Amino acid sequence: MVSARAAHAGDVAGDAVGDSVVAREVAAERAPVVEARDLSLVFQTPDAPVTALSGIDLTIRRGDFVSLIGPSGCGKTTLMRVVADLAKPTSGTLLVNGGTAEQARLDRSYGYVFQAPALYPWRSIERNIMLPLEIMGMPRAERKERAARYLDLVGLKGFERKFPWQLSGGMQQRVSIARAMGFEPALLLMDEPFGALDEITRDNLNVHLLRLWEKTGITVIFVTHSIPEAVFLSSRIVVMSPRPGRILEVIDSDLPRDRDLDSRETPEFLEIAHRVRVALRAGHSYD
Amino acid sequence: MTDAAIPASWKLGAREGVAVPILTVLAVVVVIWYAAAVWLNAPQVAERLDRAGPDWTAGDLVSGAWAMERPVLPAPHQIAVELYDSVIGRPVSSKRSLVYHAGVTLSATVAGFALGLAMGVALAIGIVHVRVLDRSLMPWIIASQTIPILAIAPMIVVVLGNLGFTGLLPKAIISGYLSFFPIAIGMVKGLRSPDPLQLDLMRTYSATKAQTFAKLRWPSSVTFLFPSLKIAIALALVGAIVAELPTGAQAGLGARLLAGSYYGQTIQIWAALFMSAFLAMLAVGAVGLAERGLTRYRGGRL
Ligand SMILES: Nc1ncnc2c1ncn2[C@@H]1O[C@H](COP(=O)(O)OP(=O)(O)OP(=O)(O)O)[C@@H](O)[C@H]1O
Ligand SMILES: [Mg+2]
Repeated sequence: MVSARAAHAGDVAGDAVGDSVVAREVAAERAPVVEARDLSLVFQTPDAPVTALSGIDLTIRRGDFVSLIGPSGCGKTTLMRVVADLAKPTSGTLLVNGGTAEQARLDRSYGYVFQAPALYPWRSIERNIMLPLEIMGMPRAERKERAARYLDLVGLKGFERKFPWQLSGGMQQRVSIARAMGFEPALLLMDEPFGALDEITRDNLNVHLLRLWEKTGITVIFVTHSIPEAVFLSSRIVVMSPRPGRILEVIDSDLPRDRDLDSRETPEFLEIAHRVRVALRAGHSYD
Repeated sequence: MTDAAIPASWKLGAREGVAVPILTVLAVVVVIWYAAAVWLNAPQVAERLDRAGPDWTAGDLVSGAWAMERPVLPAPHQIAVELYDSVIGRPVSSKRSLVYHAGVTLSATVAGFALGLAMGVALAIGIVHVRVLDRSLMPWIIASQTIPILAIAPMIVVVLGNLGFTGLLPKAIISGYLSFFPIAIGMVKGLRSPDPLQLDLMRTYSATKAQTFAKLRWPSSVTFLFPSLKIAIALALVGAIVAELPTGAQAGLGARLLAGSYYGQTIQIWAALFMSAFLAMLAVGAVGLAERGLTRYRGGRL
């Protein structure tokens, strides 16, 4: 059994080398979803201006799973908010789906999972998930079906009639994930979505998210503080440094797409994790 | 004592726990009231007893003070008797029935409250959505409440009377004039209460202003609306009663109060006061009931 798995793992690793070359070649042809050039954002605060983003150059292509990792306050949320057209950059250019970020927002081309659940307390869990579907004018029966499906996906079947304050923080966060996934956007922005969860639930949701990504080919931008999580999920890992928020390094992951939880013990995995850790440490030395 | 009897006796105990303090306070108030009635009415009673003869006792003074026809302060039982006579003792359709007058005032209150609600909500929506209105309307709204209602009520009645509007409408307008204010203020605060993240969420769905209003601003304003509504409906009642004073109205609690003071019928005045207090409780209670219904619909929290 053990040897069989080892052989399988070796297999996968062997494939991965060949795969990744193909993947990189194909990558150049895949349409860019996010193109940032020399993007900067300065918050004007009463005491002193805060440079949250500085000279961000980043291209994210369709089907990428990009993780943003970096110390607290380095501008990860700010970068997501700029992509989502919730904040305006001070300088630089940004294209989302080839157009302006505003146009992408108006086209409802992304789903955003905020760092906090941001549920509406007067709506039941089910109706919270149906909120975007209502706004987008989906028929009632379909709304209900979607809500049930995604509630099941995040492991909260049976909580339809409950209200947000009757759920734990981690459960609320899962509801907000179901809400963002419910309308099946092609671009998913997730800001530390699993931060409040226990290890096992987190593993489960990581696997679910990975399968979903694999199956649907959506693009995901994902913020996390966990190196293993970033390596496990991502096709590319963006390491950021604070004050001013800059991109230190972009690490491409050669891991195969159909990785599972056991892949986290492979040497390839650990090697990438090590590179991320080294880059992060370099960022911290700026303080 | 059987086992089954124990919880029942506990329940009784719990109810006594509430009833005892309430009844104690009530008893104290009644005792003070009776004492005050003696104190305030004694000079007149003593004068009358002196005229009849020099030998009267303290007992005569006290019983006289509690049985005057036009006392300075009527005793509680006199008001109770008057209330009983004018509420139960007469047919509801009679002009001397207090229920009839209360009904007249209540209908003006409800109409005025509806008017105030419509106006308050409309103003709040305007203020929250149009920046110019925020700057231009707010000072006027606040100024409107600094004018004493007693000064403005007769003018409204006279002007509307000249235009041919009498009866319910002028009263409803005066009552609405008082009640729109807390509603407008509460609604403005409520409509602005969604936090930035909740609003950002709507932006990510590129929701229209109307959708953001219907699905976010309006539902979150409700928490702020209900306390305002309770104040507003009590003010609407005050407005309706005040509006009945200068109209020379023949009906309504205000008219009863005016007639009572005109003829020195203090017992009638007090009975009308008790009736209006009861109406206020009823009105505020109705709003509370609506609040409770909505709370239940929202799973137990507003
Ligand atoms: N609205 C704002 N006004 C002023 N400064 C802000 C604002 N939002 C963020 N900042 C500043 O910008 C910097 C980046 O903030 P951001 O929220 O993007 O960090 P983050 O990387 O998401 O941190 P964390 O991991 O803790 O969530 C911080 O220094 C913060 O103080
Ligand atoms: Mg953040």
